[in-house]
Amino acid sequence: MSTATANDPKPAQPPVETLRIKIDGREVEVPKLMPDASGRLQPTTMLQACAVAGIEVPHYCYHPKLPVAGNCRMCLIEFGTPMIGPDRKPVLNEDGTPKIARSVLPYEPTTPRGAIACATPISPGMELYPGSAATRQMRESVLESLLINHPLDCPICDQAGECKLQEYSVEHGQATSRFVETKVHKPKQVDLGPRIMLDDERCVLCTRCIRFTRDIVGDDALGIVNRGSYNTIAAYPGAKFDNNYTLNTVDLCPVGALTSKDFRFQMRVWFMKETRSLCTGCATGCNILIGSREEKVLRYEPRQNDAVNACWMCDTGRLNYKWIGREDRLIEVRSFRSGARSWSGTLHEVAESLKTAAPGSVAIIASARQSNEELYLLKKLATHLGAVTDSIAREGEGDKLLVNEDRNPNSNGARLTGIAFTEMGIQVPKIADGIRAGRIRTLIVFGEDVTRHGIDAELLGKLQTLIVSDILPNETTRRAHYLLPGCAHAEKRGTFVNAKGRLQRFLKAVEPRGDARPEAEFLQELLADLGIAGGTASPTSFEGLFNQMAREIPAFAGLEWSRIGDLGVNVPI
Amino acid sequence: MTFTVPPELEAELNELVTHYPQKRSASLMFLHAIQEHFGHISPEAVDYIARKLDLKPINVWELVTFYPMFRQHPAGRFQFKVCRTLSCALGGSHKLYHHLCEKFGLDPHQHGLQTTADGRFSVEFVECLASCGTAPVMMCNEEFHQGVSNEKADSIIAQCPSK
Ligand code: SF4
Ligand code: SF4
Ligand code: FES
Ligand code: FES
Repeated sequence: MSTATANDPKPAQPPVETLRIKIDGREVEVPKLMPDASGRLQPTTMLQACAVAGIEVPHYCYHPKLPVAGNCRMCLIEFGTPMIGPDRKPVLNEDGTPKIARSVLPYEPTTPRGAIACATPISPGMELYPGSAATRQMRESVLESLLINHPLDCPICDQAGECKLQEYSVEHGQATSRFVETKVHKPKQVDLGPRIMLDDERCVLCTRCIRFTRDIVGDDALGIVNRGSYNTIAAYPGAKFDNNYTLNTVDLCPVGALTSKDFRFQMRVWFMKETRSLCTGCATGCNILIGSREEKVLRYEPRQNDAVNACWMCDTGRLNYKWIGREDRLIEVRSFRSGARSWSGTLHEVAESLKTAAPGSVAIIASARQSNEELYLLKKLATHLGAVTDSIAREGEGDKLLVNEDRNPNSNGARLTGIAFTEMGIQVPKIADGIRAGRIRTLIVFGEDVTRHGIDAELLGKLQTLIVSDILPNETTRRAHYLLPGCAHAEKRGTFVNAKGRLQRFLKAVEPRGDARPEAEFLQELLADLGIAGGTASPTSFEGLFNQMAREIPAFAGLEWSRIGDLGVNVPI
Repeated sequence: MTFTVPPELEAELNELVTHYPQKRSASLMFLHAIQEHFGHISPEAVDYIARKLDLKPINVWELVTFYPMFRQHPAGRFQFKVCRTLSCALGGSHKLYHHLCEKFGLDPHQHGLQTTADGRFSVEFVECLASCGTAPVMMCNEEFHQGVSNEKADSIIAQCPSK
């Protein structure tokens, strides 16, 4: 296969068997079976059927990616089933339509009996009444009981603005509380683990956190201790809730009980801008939302992509954003030869120096943390100069859930653009030898500290010209003749290809500081100065650059920036 | 304090596991057996049970904190359980409970099991002891006492050996 596909390869599916039911009087046809949390087909639940019909049933404990617990009762709805006569035949109305028996309490036939929509399967001819007065009353009662011991101090709660208790209270709550007794007080500021703080008074005991860490992560670390209204979420006394996925429980917690120590009280969420991006921590390429305000990145959160990371991300990846705002970021473009401090001056000097370089005397070491677009432009440069290229492998320990042992976000991109070979870094010792032997006189380095990968400071000293682009200072940038400050992924657009061959895009969340510029931009200018086709003095649109790359790289054939979408596409690797 | 399970107890526990299709189901019976032997459920006991049943300590801890009959601390040598369910409540169990507490210098308003500083006596309220017709009733360790007036309680206490 040589063309990229916009969808996951799917085996031919048999026609879906459906059921006809009525939701609030409207006939709808829904699949008889739908996937449960583990992806297995199970009888469709009332909640799933309502979702198919575009109706959201309020819920706390239900989460599409977790096993159903059915404990919060928030999803109660009134329903009815077709009546069956003593002859086992459907009872009909006068007009011939089936007679529906609304479900009622057996000993109190005037009181509607709800069913929890998250765990009750639908049956043919069933009628659901998510909009009925009785359903409304059930929700009000459930909310009232959930709020009995809730502190109701939303103004100082970190969840405010993204709290399901708050949202549902607005829709289904009562303005006044009938509860006159003393509220049960529970532990506040419980240090659950190195990254998690728990406020037990806000907890609605939905057990999402327990199920996530037990069933998804496989670390059965949390439980409910004590009894009745003293029920409390806890880790075992003395034990720490400390796996690499703990922060997902903060996203899952529908209220302000579980909070991230890193983010709590940093920012009211409604002031934040959210940008769709990717984690750069490893080759999995988890989809994220970057929360930022006033050009400052404040948090990463996972963004659902079932082809990649479902709804999760690891804690290491999530907290790996502080470097973007580091004080010592490289923010000045410099030619240490002429003292030039402008982009045009420095780039022109770089171009002039490359023009005089003998063929074969240039090497390029790029980074597999760079975007496809940047690597593609660097490869063009390499081809023009007859330069040998490679990038640096970055290995770590993987796990069963998400973390990949390849810690570069774009190793496959580096391979597909032709910068690196299957075995990444195989050329680096040869480049070192070339410098030692005096064959290689010019080294171009993007985003790597080569002194830590076999080309030490002494070797760098032998070079005639060292051109470096990076984000943070290191031993290589300190020895550069030309220093081109680049951008973090949060400051630009681009694409990566993850370990499984999914090409995904990231968007710009914040402005870079100082002189720092997206590498693809200044590389296009440099290529233009060198007269390389595809370079342009004033960079064309980023979309144009991507589409141009897609036309030239076989694995990307047929792709366009506008068609990648938020969830990416599979490319052959 | 080191936690050592004697071979007889270990054998009893091993046998208990065989009663259930899943190991985990033996948790409650383990807790009963351990408390019976050691007098209370220590953190070491929780760890031990968890290890033995392939569970995490939190799974066992949930049970220990849920059921009031499991003690996390040792009780006194003589443990008084006063029934507080309806018949006994009407028959004067609160008066009896107060009397015991005062006699032992304990706080009658505190919730749960209390033990004297010398570790001799414990008092706690429990639910129905199934002798509702002879209220108020109480137990002193495994002995059952009916129609317990304050005077009767005093003589029961007086009969508790001091060694
Ligand atoms: S802490 Fe949050 S997620 Fe966990 S049970 Fe309580 S409300 Fe649910
Ligand atoms: S698994 Fe990898 S890509 Fe996903 S959040 Fe962790 S480091 Fe980032
Ligand atoms: S969502 Fe909690 S019971 Fe259904
Ligand atoms: S109420 Fe006290 S024994 Fe039944």
